Amino acid sequence: MFLKFDAEFRQGMRDSVPVVLGAAPFGLLFGTLAVENGMEIHQAVLMSATIYAGASQMVGIDLFGTSVAPWIIVLSIFAVNFRHILYSASLGPKIAHFTFFQKAVAFFALIDPQFAEAEQRHERGFRISFNWYMGVVIPIYIAWVSEAALGAYFGRFITNPYAFGLDFMLPIYFLVLVMGFRKRRNWLPVVVVSGIASVFAYFTIGSPWHISIGAVAGVMLAALIAGGDAQSDTVEADPERV
Amino acid sequence: MFGISDISWIIIFGALATYATRVGGHLVLSRFERIPRRVSAALDAVPAAVLSTLVAPAAVSNGPAEVITLIIAAIAALRFNLIVVLLIGAAAIISLRAAGLG
Repeated sequence: MFLKFDAEFRQGMRDSVPVVLGAAPFGLLFGTLAVENGMEIHQAVLMSATIYAGASQMVGIDLFGTSVAPWIIVLSIFAVNFRHILYSASLGPKIAHFTFFQKAVAFFALIDPQFAEAEQRHERGFRISFNWYMGVVIPIYIAWVSEAALGAYFGRFITNPYAFGLDFMLPIYFLVLVMGFRKRRNWLPVVVVSGIASVFAYFTIGSPWHISIGAVAGVMLAALIAGGDAQSDTVEADPERV
Repeated sequence: MFGISDISWIIIFGALATYATRVGGHLVLSRFERIPRRVSAALDAVPAAVLSTLVAPAAVSNGPAEVITLIIAAIAALRFNLIVVLLIGAAAIISLRAAGLG
């Protein structure tokens, strides 16, 4: 577990710079929208520090304070982060030389850009060392958690969030993420079916259920229209940042 | 005073669920040589399916300003990255609401 400030660690820190810069607006936006949705600063910070995954944190704050049951919020966070299963399966063999505790820490920090950086380093023929890995992790993590606090602190001073459209930033954010998946197989039918099913459930059964019903409809459709043969997929990092 | 609020509990369980996804692939998925095509297609569809359910009701239960903004954002997303589209979307919703379409 012992970290050394060696060349590997410094290389990791250099590799983290574009990610830190790219994720900064989202870290701040998260903090701002969190207080806008009624959260306390410490809760926004807790969320960034423990969940540490942008899109699912946005999903969480979107659902807090609604009639959506807590277990559905947890399930939604789980569903949005489900892709990490593929990352961890892919990264596992490449960090087999880590100790148990190092692996436990490494998997905690396995966000989209971290996975992309690790795959890239492996692709270039380097052995992934714990020092390099943590050199990437630590700046991104510190920045992400600090941005939640900063965004939440300054977000409190926005007196008319409606005029600034802050209440509508989350649907736009989710829409862009949906658009980012458009190269995936069966994207359009999945999105159309999930969208229609969720709207239908929203106006009939009511608010908590439109998420699970819409999502299940889209996922079942994807399973139905896929062929039955076994295949193995290569895993690519998703376009979102953290 | 030191009680943990509901939101904090949800955050803690959300964090545990997230951690499960980040170790789960290594612990579970790596034991399978091949993933059945239907399972892999279903997994592939999960994020777009979940996120669509958060956009669609927002699109149909608001006014024209919100609908127009989402259309503009969807088109902008074909060309620009997330942060640029958010800025375009913010500009659209602010001006459309200022114009009284909210």
